[in-house]
Amino acid sequence: MEILVILVPLALMLGGAGLVAFLWSLRSGQYDDLDGAAWRAIADDEPPQEVPAKR
Amino acid sequence: MHVTRDFSHYVRAAAEGVQHIDLAVEGVHCAGCMAKIERGLSAVPDVTLARVNLTDRRVALEWKAGTLDPGRFIDRLEELGYKAYPFETESAEASEVAESRFLLRCLGVAAFATMNVMMLSIPVWSGNVSDMLPEQRDFFHWLSALIALPAAAYAGQPFFRSAWRALSAKTTNMDVPISIGVILALGMSVVETIHHAEHAYFDAAIMLLTFLLVGRFLDQNMRRRTRAVAGNLAALKAETAAKFVGSDEISQVPVAAIHPGDIVLLRPGERCAVDGTVIEGRSEIDQSLITGETLYVTAGQGAPVYAGSMNISGTLRVRVSAASEATLLAEITRLLDNALQARSRYMRLADRASRLYAPVVHATALLTILGWVIAGASWHDAIVTGVAVLIITCPCALGLAIPTVQTVASGAMFKSGVLLNSGDAIERLAEADHVIFDKTGTLTLPDLEVMNAANIPADIFELAGRLALSSHHPVAAAVAQAAGARSPVVGAVEEAGQGVRATVEGVELRLGRPSFCGAEALVGSAVVDPEASIVAFSKGSERFILSVRQGLRPDAQAVIAALKARNIGIEILSGDREPAVIAAAHALGIAEWRAGVTPADKIARIEELKRRGAKVLMVGDGMNDAPSLAAAHVSMSPISAAHLSQATADLVFLGRPLAPVVAAIDASRKALHLMRQNLWLAIGYNVLAVPVAISGVVTPLIAAAAMSGSSILVMLNSLRARSASREIL
Repeated sequence: MEILVILVPLALMLGGAGLVAFLWSLRSGQYDDLDGAAWRAIADDEPPQEVPAKR
Repeated sequence: MHVTRDFSHYVRAAAEGVQHIDLAVEGVHCAGCMAKIERGLSAVPDVTLARVNLTDRRVALEWKAGTLDPGRFIDRLEELGYKAYPFETESAEASEVAESRFLLRCLGVAAFATMNVMMLSIPVWSGNVSDMLPEQRDFFHWLSALIALPAAAYAGQPFFRSAWRALSAKTTNMDVPISIGVILALGMSVVETIHHAEHAYFDAAIMLLTFLLVGRFLDQNMRRRTRAVAGNLAALKAETAAKFVGSDEISQVPVAAIHPGDIVLLRPGERCAVDGTVIEGRSEIDQSLITGETLYVTAGQGAPVYAGSMNISGTLRVRVSAASEATLLAEITRLLDNALQARSRYMRLADRASRLYAPVVHATALLTILGWVIAGASWHDAIVTGVAVLIITCPCALGLAIPTVQTVASGAMFKSGVLLNSGDAIERLAEADHVIFDKTGTLTLPDLEVMNAANIPADIFELAGRLALSSHHPVAAAVAQAAGARSPVVGAVEEAGQGVRATVEGVELRLGRPSFCGAEALVGSAVVDPEASIVAFSKGSERFILSVRQGLRPDAQAVIAALKARNIGIEILSGDREPAVIAAAHALGIAEWRAGVTPADKIARIEELKRRGAKVLMVGDGMNDAPSLAAAHVSMSPISAAHLSQATADLVFLGRPLAPVVAAIDASRKALHLMRQNLWLAIGYNVLAVPVAISGVVTPLIAAAAMSGSSILVMLNSLRARSASREIL
């Protein structure tokens, strides 16, 4: 049962990492536009280079 | 005079040398629009960020400071086919957003803790029947405590605060039993852990918080979303005023940037966006949005004008005053304050339920403890059993019963064009059994329509419409719109206060006052509609009369019939003159009406109905309706309503039809039915679970299973509110 010494902190660290990731995603505004984000995933890449080329 | 557009009020510095503006955009509803707008705006040189928020229908823009005029973005969006206007976050919306984020953070913390505590609890539950060593069990309990206690202290804040507020005010709400349950469960678990006991309830306490936070977050998110939509609609109205920035120079600035003491120019056909006093000029103004009276009022020097009045004929210079200076407003504000105070006494269904629930549950727990002591159990065992009763009855499902239905029902209402201003409006609307309609702007449409277009030859009507394009007069604008005119008549001249004339192919055309067109004789013979403005049109020697008025909403008659079919009493209370009110009442088949009613009279009528036990739904738009909107049991406003009314109303409906009124009543009745059903489900679960808890055989496993089972059942039941019935009328 000594394996618990490793497994329990490991489980807590993984859980904690998940929590930190969630708080970070919340702070960086990733839940502000859920509808838009759903579409952005399948949108084509924007061609930003075209614009300077035209000018 | 030189006119400029000034949006500097909305621009803020985002970073070093970068400026930021938020625009509300109309008509964005798909990924295609999003890509089109973002590409279209990014193509403008020096734009560093163009990002669409599809949920809130807004665009955030950033550009290098000093290089671009924000007006250019609006023009660019117009080219792309979208109407946009700068947007400023109201403080109400900002606080909703902050609250929403806080709840989401709490939910994240609680969910994390639940998962990890559960991970430790399951070995303990299975270990109890196999061969787990007591030391290992204690170790797992201590670990659970380490996770659950700080998490509950953080994630429980919304409940603890609200419970504390209720207790300080010497009342109770749903959060009081919740807080007591959570704190006792955690406290008892710590004591039990110290004494190496078999059962600890850390998992139940933290899971309860997680489920309840889901309910809270849903509720909050619904309110945030309504605020966002309302904020956009307010922005897209693009209320601006022509402010004098020099003696002869005016700038079109947003209303938010106008302060008392400023002088604004009010041209014919413009709606006044501020309150103030006329300092120069003379004109007729339409104050129907303020008083409900459709007859024009003459305003000269020194006359007060209110936001929402339409200027009809002359140009006015207005000195902006602080809102409270105007006497009419002061009176309305006073009535409104009184009515709002009375309304805050309404007790929500959830609070009514908890007022009954909390004493019963707490008494049961106490009786359990005493019962076990009398039956010969030790005090320790008796208290543990008593706390188990509290844990198992902790109103998890009760806490979810109402917010989940509210969220789903408000989504359904949203689709039928109704926005909710307050969460408990659904409950109150469902109880309404008497509807009071205001006439002007509520039963009728706010814009003018030509009533007798069918009696006029099509070519003549079209010509009149083209001529009308040259006038700023609102009546002329209505004629032009009704005729679908696009190209103005060349060489048309407007004579102030008289009409427009032009000569086409040697024939003189005139549109305006009957006397201006030589058509007085026709007016005398025509049946005069008391509400209509009469406009004459002459072509050479031919004379025609156009009757322009605010038409009834297209489906008003059907809506009234639908309300009658639902056995709801209907009456009209209008500030307008008697003939106009009679006409509308007859057209709609409403037997009960009152005309020329003041705001105080409206409240008196509502109070009278209240005393008779009626639950009044007030539907009104005028500023004079604001106090009665607050006094009524529940209230609705069209989106075209005066600001004050819209802010006071519980629900706001969009668009031209009146049907959302019936749709909202139907949806809320269904929602209330589901809320009650949910409460009974939650109580039914308690009736089953409490005897088990009293008998003292509840383990943490049973508590956790029962709690999540009942919560999920209630959530699933709430989803039924989504299928709102379609056949409204």
